[in-house]
Amino acid sequence: MGILNKQDDPFGSGNIIITGVDTLLNWSRLSSLWMMGFGLACCAIEMMAASASHYDIGRFGVIPRPSPRQSDMMLISGTVTLKMATRTKILYEQMPDPKYIISMGSCSNCGGPYWEHGYHVLKGVDRIIPVDVYVPGCPPRPEALLEGLMKLQDKVRRQSIARTAV
Amino acid sequence: MTNQEIFDTLKATYGGAIGSFHEQGGSAYMKRTSSYADIVEYSQIAQICQYLRDEPTLEFDNLNCLSCDDNGDKTLSVIYHMESLKFKHHFAFKVTVPIDHPVVPTVTRVWASANWHEREGWDMIGIQFHGHPDLRRILLDDDWEGHPLRKDYKEPEFYRGMKVGY
Repeated sequence: MGILNKQDDPFGSGNIIITGVDTLLNWSRLSSLWMMGFGLACCAIEMMAASASHYDIGRFGVIPRPSPRQSDMMLISGTVTLKMATRTKILYEQMPDPKYIISMGSCSNCGGPYWEHGYHVLKGVDRIIPVDVYVPGCPPRPEALLEGLMKLQDKVRRQSIARTAV
Repeated sequence: MTNQEIFDTLKATYGGAIGSFHEQGGSAYMKRTSSYADIVEYSQIAQICQYLRDEPTLEFDNLNCLSCDDNGDKTLSVIYHMESLKFKHHFAFKVTVPIDHPVVPTVTRVWASANWHEREGWDMIGIQFHGHPDLRRILLDDDWEGHPLRKDYKEPEFYRGMKVGY
């Protein structure tokens, strides 16, 4: 991708951007990962800290949306109880493709401290929905969440949603 | 009034329905808030609570906590903690019921705040509060089987198609 300045512009007036379709689409997609805005447990507090001005997750283009229909990414921020798991799956199914999941914290990764005696806890959210990035920690600090988000951006950057010419 | 004096007043009024008094050890605060009396005749607890609330020298107008317990010897317990906001004194009592017939009269008509506490007691331990206006599960989903804080609870292998174990 490159911007030609006006002086060297061979096509007359106005700037021209030369890029690939995938590069452009992926760049726009990874720079505006709208987030399904919901919190499940104490990890949600760290998610809020990451959203606030000090860590400012908004500079990555992450905007919390109040509806799964408008979201690209779902952040599973906390303990997924069996009661909530049913709802989480419905919310995931309501999101439009392409959609991504970040599993935040030990509880949603593998059950965390509830692995043995948690009769009400789903031992890992990947048992019901596919997870793209796991962020370890109990709870993870906002920096760890931002690292996970950048990992997800790397993943989006490598994908291709344009149809290839035969 | 001290807890012993409250107990003596109660014993003088209800006699045989009241069992022994257990002074809690530890700090003065623990002594004051956690010393409890056994109630032998648990069919009378609604009347006893009404008396504790309405007697001008006692005036227990606030039910701090209603908790339930599985004693592990085929009995379940309900523990009532109360305080008087006017006199600043505390009292607690405990009823014990057999596990195969865990029926205790409700105290929601005495303290409305007992409503959700009793629902939690039903949900977790399975005590049936006779006369409760709306005895549904409060934390777990309606289709949950069993009462998970009982000692003999076995967690199910699957819940709604989701594996529960680690």
